[in-house]
Amino acid sequence: MSQSYDRGLIEDFGRWQEFSAGMWAWVLHKFTGWVLIGYLFTHIAVLSTAIPAATGDPAAYTGTLQSLEELTIVRILEVGLLSVAVFHILNGIRLLFVDLGVGLGSQDRSFYASLVLTGAIVVASVPTFISGAF
Amino acid sequence: MAERYSSFEPKGARWFLQRLTAGFLVVVLAFHFMLLHFVHHAYEITFMGTQARMTQVGYFATMVLFLGTATFHGVNGVYNALVNQGLSGTRKTAVKYALVGAGLLLTIQGIRVALAMTGMNVTL
Repeated sequence: MSQSYDRGLIEDFGRWQEFSAGMWAWVLHKFTGWVLIGYLFTHIAVLSTAIPAATGDPAAYTGTLQSLEELTIVRILEVGLLSVAVFHILNGIRLLFVDLGVGLGSQDRSFYASLVLTGAIVVASVPTFISGAF
Repeated sequence: MAERYSSFEPKGARWFLQRLTAGFLVVVLAFHFMLLHFVHHAYEITFMGTQARMTQVGYFATMVLFLGTATFHGVNGVYNALVNQGLSGTRKTAVKYALVGAGLLLTIQGIRVALAMTGMNVTL
């Protein structure tokens, strides 16, 4: 038999100071999910320049992507996107294990590990993402 | 405390597909980032290079599957998040169909883009 407890309304963000690790994991997974689906729509819109490129205007695609990559703000946003994607992936793996009943006793620690690993991967990736931007 | 707890049991097709697509996306999203930011740098991307990758059948199929699974996972995730926030009744139905429509449009446009990346003329 499983136990349950009343965590209160997580949707009430005014209570953020009372949030436990599990609630932060939930909030961050939702937030990063919203960012990623928003980005997917933007990504396909930008890559749609491949359509005129296929009919004899390759600069429509190559020029658009390379012009975007020349903007420092785009490089910084890409680092933000990487952070969001890496956290969503690592926390998602953690959630799949939880769904399988694995590691239930160490969910707090695995969440903190997701955060630390995300930070480490992002910091290590910054030189690659900003090379040539400044 | 339960001796053993697992929520991995049938809870409907959307619940299961959300987890199935998650397992696929974990691998392919990481691969996508690695390939287009570390192996090839984003600022070096050209139409010729994209075309060379997309004309490989395995890569093309992986990218189209990536598009389909990411769209389902994202749109279904947004729907679940809104239902968690208390969406119900007519608004829930309207949001459901709006999200299905947006997901279909994204998939159709994404497939057009994928075909154009192989060099095919997909102008309407």
